[in-house]
Amino acid sequence: MSAHSAPAAPASGIRFERVTVAYGKRGESVALDALDLTVEPGEVMALLGPSGSGKTTALRAVAGFVRPASGRVFIGDRDVTALPPHRRGIGMVVQQYALFPHLRVAQNVAFGLKAQRVPRGEIAGRVTEALEMVGMADYARRYPRELSGGQQQRVAIARALAIRPGVLLLDEPLSALDAQLRSGMLAELARLHRELPDVSILYVTHDQVEALTLADRIAVMDRARLQDCGTPQDLYRRPRTEFTASFVGNANLLPVTVGGATPGSVRFADTELTVTGVDESGHGPAPGADATLCVRPHLVGLGEGENTLRGTIAEVQWRGSTHRLFVDVAGHRVKADVRELRETPALGQPVALHFAAHDAVLLPAGTAPQATVPAATQTPAPVATSAPVPAPAPGLAAAGVAKGVAPGAGGATDG
Amino acid sequence: MASASASARPATHATPASTEPTGTQAKHAQPATTAPADRRDPERGAGRGGRAAGLTRWLWALPPVAVLALVFLYPLYLVVEQSFSPDEGGTSLAPYREVFASEAFREALWTTVWIAVCATIGCLVLGFVLALIIAFVPFPGGKAVAKFIDVFLSFPSFLITLALLFIYGTVGMANGVYTDVTGAASGPFDFLNTPWGVLLAEITYFTPFVMRPLLAAFSGIETAQLEVASSLGARPARIVRQVILPEALPALAAGGSLVLVMCLNEFGIVLFTGAKGVTTLPMLVYSEAILESDYPAACVVAVVNIAISVGLFGLYRALVARTGRGGEGALLKGARRAGA
Repeated sequence: MSAHSAPAAPASGIRFERVTVAYGKRGESVALDALDLTVEPGEVMALLGPSGSGKTTALRAVAGFVRPASGRVFIGDRDVTALPPHRRGIGMVVQQYALFPHLRVAQNVAFGLKAQRVPRGEIAGRVTEALEMVGMADYARRYPRELSGGQQQRVAIARALAIRPGVLLLDEPLSALDAQLRSGMLAELARLHRELPDVSILYVTHDQVEALTLADRIAVMDRARLQDCGTPQDLYRRPRTEFTASFVGNANLLPVTVGGATPGSVRFADTELTVTGVDESGHGPAPGADATLCVRPHLVGLGEGENTLRGTIAEVQWRGSTHRLFVDVAGHRVKADVRELRETPALGQPVALHFAAHDAVLLPAGTAPQATVPAATQTPAPVATSAPVPAPAPGLAAAGVAKGVAPGAGGATDG
Repeated sequence: MASASASARPATHATPASTEPTGTQAKHAQPATTAPADRRDPERGAGRGGRAAGLTRWLWALPPVAVLALVFLYPLYLVVEQSFSPDEGGTSLAPYREVFASEAFREALWTTVWIAVCATIGCLVLGFVLALIIAFVPFPGGKAVAKFIDVFLSFPSFLITLALLFIYGTVGMANGVYTDVTGAASGPFDFLNTPWGVLLAEITYFTPFVMRPLLAAFSGIETAQLEVASSLGARPARIVRQVILPEALPALAAGGSLVLVMCLNEFGIVLFTGAKGVTTLPMLVYSEAILESDYPAACVVAVVNIAISVGLFGLYRALVARTGRGGEGALLKGARRAGA
């Protein structure tokens, strides 16, 4: 690919310096609160968070569609905070494709090149090159309305790449596509990034699978603030906050009290549990303090083991290759993903669950703002309240799920 | 006018012979006319049931057609008939020959056309700019202004002319301020009773008729399109030219043709400005019929006026059919909103 053979290499990398965006007459509604974040040249950074978390606002601040109330935005080494969008040299792809309906595919792709006054003789070649990159060269003469959603999104990506930007902004680019297309486009985007290693990509999404699949690093946002930032593996295996643990992947979060006797010893209800590597940093919760134990459902097994929890089956969901068990343990619901069981346990049946000490993480308590944790993440709730289980359909839950035959229950991103 | 002829059109799609309406027919056909056809057994469609349903349909259609013929077509027929009936009696083309030969008619035709064309161009330019500002430049009260456009459409045309007389009339406010400030005996504004006054009044009155369909079209343009265009390096002027304008073309054509037809037929504005040298075709009809009692001549001018209007409308429909792309929908929307 010759996108990086352009005469002058476009500025790559993005830097937010305490960027605050506020709306309202007196700026009373803060959409982005003092964001500090750096996207390295060539890096794919996913901004992951629920609706209203500020992730799109951050992207729009880079594009120039919102003016920060304070702070500065850099593209490469250039301070672009006060620059109008058309002078920033970025490529942008949005959820609804936003193709120009009156222009053919090739004209859509050529739009940016003409706007940037690329010499006429060069335009045709670069349009073909961009369309070939996304496999749409055969559709150059079609109108957008003659294309499927996936094809339109490919054209939108080609249009953004044709101007050879140093920075590519992707705002929920796959949200409008169905699940199968989305998976294919994810692979396409990963391939494109391999072909364009110098382009920094800021990828806004609320879908953890997209973020985990594509991103070099993930910035987790909530309530206008950056909550956490790290590699997907880091955030998944060693989340630093309850919010990250519940939003990236789908963790069991159990309230525990840190024990004093042995390092890593915690107490959950009346059960003594062990978590390894708690005090590696020396900044772990002090003995006697409240904390949250985080363990992923797929790391919880049936039967007794290193850390054993006893409870009763509250819900069973069949997910093809696995069963998801919801077990009430001392008033808290624990999720366990186990390999498909030959016999589905009955509701109310007593069971033992276990997990390895090194699979659990201890988090400071109270780092999950309840108001913004999305329902799909299923934070543990007392059994007395309504069950937080995603029911497949009203009426089906009671019968189908109890028999362990409800297919496809729970979302694709449900951990 | 536009909405009347357009809304009558879908009913013609549902023919008595159709047993299973196609998707298009089903979409266009009026519920009242398709209901019997839908209920029919397709296998018996060609038999007695089919004939009965056809008869029922004709019975349903007869009253509205009869009313239309009585209140609209018959008077129109009388006008056309009168235009071929010279005072001397009989039927001949003599009234046409007389009218076409008269200098007054040729002058009125020219005045009508140039004022209508210029007013339409003025409305399109002004309407596009104003609609662009209202739709894309956020300002306090923008929504209220957009709503006022709807109210404005319901005003009678002479009201605007009257208001202009208050401002630019020989004893209007503008001249009053001028004479107060300079002490001169009379002010410089004395154009209302010239063709330019008619032009100003028509542009003022008809611009909202262009803005209404334009605002509807603009509201259909995704903000994301404008933002992406901007991120690709396009300046505002290029975005207006290459993104907004092409999207607005059907609405511009709809509003423009509507205004052109209305300007050709405008009577109240010309009468109220009292412009002495400005005789348009409707004014000529008025003076021939009412002032000179020359009904055949008045009817000839009226027929010419109708022919021009219908011809232009037909031309517009042909253009829309050629270019496609939903222009007709925009016209209908515009015409409906304009209350035409």
